[in-house]
Amino acid sequence: MVDITHYLVLSTIVFSIGVVGVLTRRNVIIILMSIELMLNSVNLNLVAFSDQLQDPSGQVFAIFVITVAAAEAAVGLGIIIALFRNKETVNVDEIDLMRG
Amino acid sequence: MDINYTAILPEIMLSLVGICIMLLIPFVPRERQTHLGYLALAGIVLAFFGVAMGWGQTDLAFSEMIFQDDFGQFSKIFFLFVSTVILLISMNYLEQEKLFQGEFFVLLLFATVGMLFMATSADLIMTFLGLEVLSISTYILAGFKERERKSSEAAWKYFLLGAFSTAFLLYGIAFVYGATGSTKYLQIAEAIQASPDYSLILFVGLGLMMVGFGFKVALAPFHAWTPDVYEGAPIPITALLAVASKGAALLALVRILYQVFPDLSQQWQAILWPMAVMTMAIGNIAALTQSNIKRMLAYSSIAHAGYLLVGLTAHNPLATQGILFYLVAYAFMTLGALIVVQIVGRREEQHTTIEDYNGIGYRYPFLGIALSVFLISLAGIPATAGFMGKLFVFSAAVQSQMYGLVVIALVTSAIGLYYYLRVIVSMYMGEFKTEKIPITISMPLRIILTLLVLGTLYLGILPGSLLNLAEEAASF
Amino acid sequence: MVLEHFWILILFPLVGAAMNGILGRRFPHPVIAWLSCSTVALSFLVALLSFYNFIRLPEDQRILTHHLFTWIQSGNFISEFSFLLDPLSMVMILVVTGVGFLIHIYSLGYMAGQSGYYRYFAYLNLFIFMMSVLVLADNYLLMFVGWEGVGLCSYLLIGYSFEKRTAGDAAKKAFILNRIGDVGFLIGVFLIFRTFESVQYLTVFQAVSEQFAVMGTEFGVLGAITLLLFIGATGKSAQIPLYVWLPDAMEGPTPVSALIHAATMVTAGVYMIARSAPLYSRAPETLFIIAVVGISTALLAALIATVQRDIKKVLAYSTISQLGYMFLAMGVGAFGAGVFHLLTHAFFKALLFLGSGSVIMALHHEQDLFKMGGLRKYLPVTFYTMWMGALAIAGVPLFSGFFSKDAILWKTFAAGNEALWLMGVVVAGLTAFYVSRLMFLTFHGGERSEKHHQGAPDPSPKEPSWSVTLPLIILAGFSLLAGYIGLPSYLGNNRLEEFLAPSFRFQFSGQAASAMEHAHLTEVILTLVTLAVAFLGFALAYHFYIKNPQVAERLANRFPWLYSLLRRKFFLDEIYDWLIVGPVQRISRTILWKGMDVHVIDGLVHGTASLMQAWSHRVKRIQSGYARLYATWILGGALLILFYYYWISP
Repeated sequence: MVDITHYLVLSTIVFSIGVVGVLTRRNVIIILMSIELMLNSVNLNLVAFSDQLQDPSGQVFAIFVITVAAAEAAVGLGIIIALFRNKETVNVDEIDLMRG
Repeated sequence: MDINYTAILPEIMLSLVGICIMLLIPFVPRERQTHLGYLALAGIVLAFFGVAMGWGQTDLAFSEMIFQDDFGQFSKIFFLFVSTVILLISMNYLEQEKLFQGEFFVLLLFATVGMLFMATSADLIMTFLGLEVLSISTYILAGFKERERKSSEAAWKYFLLGAFSTAFLLYGIAFVYGATGSTKYLQIAEAIQASPDYSLILFVGLGLMMVGFGFKVALAPFHAWTPDVYEGAPIPITALLAVASKGAALLALVRILYQVFPDLSQQWQAILWPMAVMTMAIGNIAALTQSNIKRMLAYSSIAHAGYLLVGLTAHNPLATQGILFYLVAYAFMTLGALIVVQIVGRREEQHTTIEDYNGIGYRYPFLGIALSVFLISLAGIPATAGFMGKLFVFSAAVQSQMYGLVVIALVTSAIGLYYYLRVIVSMYMGEFKTEKIPITISMPLRIILTLLVLGTLYLGILPGSLLNLAEEAASF
Repeated sequence: MVLEHFWILILFPLVGAAMNGILGRRFPHPVIAWLSCSTVALSFLVALLSFYNFIRLPEDQRILTHHLFTWIQSGNFISEFSFLLDPLSMVMILVVTGVGFLIHIYSLGYMAGQSGYYRYFAYLNLFIFMMSVLVLADNYLLMFVGWEGVGLCSYLLIGYSFEKRTAGDAAKKAFILNRIGDVGFLIGVFLIFRTFESVQYLTVFQAVSEQFAVMGTEFGVLGAITLLLFIGATGKSAQIPLYVWLPDAMEGPTPVSALIHAATMVTAGVYMIARSAPLYSRAPETLFIIAVVGISTALLAALIATVQRDIKKVLAYSTISQLGYMFLAMGVGAFGAGVFHLLTHAFFKALLFLGSGSVIMALHHEQDLFKMGGLRKYLPVTFYTMWMGALAIAGVPLFSGFFSKDAILWKTFAAGNEALWLMGVVVAGLTAFYVSRLMFLTFHGGERSEKHHQGAPDPSPKEPSWSVTLPLIILAGFSLLAGYIGLPSYLGNNRLEEFLAPSFRFQFSGQAASAMEHAHLTEVILTLVTLAVAFLGFALAYHFYIKNPQVAERLANRFPWLYSLLRRKFFLDEIYDWLIVGPVQRISRTILWKGMDVHVIDGLVHGTASLMQAWSHRVKRIQSGYARLYATWILGGALLILFYYYWISP
């Protein structure tokens, strides 16, 4: 069996990649993808724990997360489209009408 | 397999009605879409019946995923009331802005379902689902005014940061699951009690979970989305965010900290303490120089979350009671204030700066008095609900001997007096600019405002009855 | 049945005050008057009916409480909105509502045609409400609500003609001095709570009788409490040193002076001490102080009254003096006698004030005694009724004042305070002197009224309307008859003392029932001495002001310094000004205002404000609008939390 620590380390790395992606990329689509990456790394964790604890709820939870992430992504894309219609940009730094 | 439908009857009702409305939308002519709101209202009424039918049961339900305790009942009724108010003002708002889209009501109902689940959940999975249902609905609702740039920006920022923090929350849940072997609240608590040497993973999980909730409740340093999103979203949604969404996350957090992690109280109190201080400070200080009233109210709600956090940090039964009371009081005054903002804002929310309130006190005395009462209550002046709320919450903190925190709370509270009074001063001493469109207050809004004003004053003078209800609810 | 709901009598005047206050501006005068008079009438009716049922109860059941709701509950501090009806409060409430009602009737005539009519009656009703709360409360906190409330109404009514500078100043003076006393009162209440963990009368009194079964020998906490409460009483009931507001309060309309500054509000201090008898009877040092202060005030005020020119000022100082008597009674432990004098004083002093009001009205607002005279043929009803009041206050036998004053003096002597007794007798003589002086100058002798001399269009003064004279007659009747409920022991039963006894049941009974109590002969002899002195005062006044009017003037010229001393009220107002008010103002202006306020505090405040503003702008600038920055914060927060947990984890 693969040692659980390996799974955890992997998911941490993937999570961090996602975080970095959200923070450093300017294209909104890429940011969305990074968020998805973060969510999926959590799925990794859940399944790994589920396996170690021999408890199915982790895997069940992971399936829920996948579903919700999909819904979230759909909504996110919709918002991006609305945003694009208004501002004609996909550069997140140009979305700063409200500040202070 | 125990599927106890009565336990989730309200949620079922709301969802079904929501789906019905969704199905009806293509068949309703465009101008009549706002009438679907009445259907939504009927849905909420049915949900109330649902709560009544499930009254009196106390055990866990739905495979141990739902609590049916007094805390849950209190929360459900609270959220249903708040949603009713928001629904009513939304109908007025949509008519005014000529946003004839029935999806609004669908999303509102689904958001309410999310809130109800969050407050009664007994399992981390359930909490997550409730949170997401609420969040996704509100992401869309925040950006509902598609042609308005600020609205889309608000929705985007809210979505981005919301999804981001949800990921943290989820990560935290995963770790807690890994460390304790279960996602059910009570089993986690037992596991923690059983083995007193806590692993790092457990703490990491707890910490990450607090990040997620901190975002939703708008606690510093996770609050940054609040001013922008509150400013950009349509006013009924601002109200939803400020009262319902915040409340749901807070109540879920109360359950989690008090029922799941009571043994780790030292650890999470250590985190909450500085968060509370930062939240109160930032909320009150930044609000001082705002010129947009929606933004000001956003910072104000951040500050109030700080006060609530003071209570949460205290971790004693009086604290739970105080938080429940404060939440109700806060709902009254914030909803009231935002309704006035909606009325004064008029079409396209054109008039949402503080200068727009100049002289309103004398031209529109009803609005003047109402807003004054709400602002005075927010400021925490005696004889109002806001004062009573602060009194109880701070007393709870004193009871846990967190004197420093209370002192800071009082100081920031005093600082906060300024921006509330500024509006009142502007209303009564500012010079009234002649306006192109007069302010009109529809009868339903008038009634709601009157009830909110009376409620605010009533809770301030005779807090006894609500206190007793909160006390019962506080014992879970 | 009425008895169970006795407390609703406080609601009627409240409703009246609210309606007149909020809507009264649009009501015609008859409506305003009818409204406020009927509310007080209703209250009085309820009080009467309650009394009727009350005395039918067996003695040990004469204590009723009604709990409205729990007002404040914080930790173990519980304060209730609840009321107590026992003999003491029964007597008080009858006086308050009864005399209050008569004065409302009187006001119909007196205030007819005045502007701000609705304000007057609204405030008057409000006063009755507050006073009723004060008297019926069953705990110190609620009593304090009434206490403050009557002070507020007093302020509002003294300053009724707020266009006059003097009225506004007088109102402020009253309020400020009251407040100074209230500081003492409040601290006393806090101490009560701290010592007994409650502010409910019955709880405290029960605790006192258990914890302090033996008379303490040093000035302990009980002494502190009683002294502090008494300080409040000196403010409210115009004793040394806080009495100086009462003469100025005469700026208010005369019925107000009668009701508030004679019959009811000023007696609140006396009532409070009577109510707290269980505490006071166990604090001998404070009692001594009270007695000394009381009699000194009585003497001082009586002396000043002898040379006043303004008819109302004479009566004001007279009130202060008579209040001094009541406090003397309290100070020697004769609580019942003090309440008795409170009762009789309410009748005859109100009568005298109302009568003076009738005179003032008839003479078109002339208040100088030396411009009156010979009015007896123009104002017969006023004349006869006022004489009855005068005889009562002078302590002439058969009239009520005789019985009550005598009770006090006798009890003083019997408790071993001969010196105080002697002073009391002197005061009685002075009282007889100044009150007959007042009567002689007003009603007898030649007519000195200026208007009369100048042949003004309507020169002859007329007796005012029935609404003025009827209360006078009723009060005169009471001034005559009220004494018979408190007969001295050599003449029969003192029904009033018997009635009041249950209210004083927690009183310390360690004082040896003085053997002197039954020395009837001594009592009679002392009474005769007092009467002789009073007669002397009366005769002197007659001599000075009827027989030989120049004697007074010649005396004044012979002893200019004495005359000035008395005339200028012993220069006490000036002393206060020089000693306290002046320096306070100077310090305020230079040090506190220029120095501290402008520089330090304003500097601090503005400095803090600008600091806050600067910080606010900085915080706002952080909120840049860039979502990525916000996300960074979230990450930052998360990392901080994680780092912390890593650091502290085992």
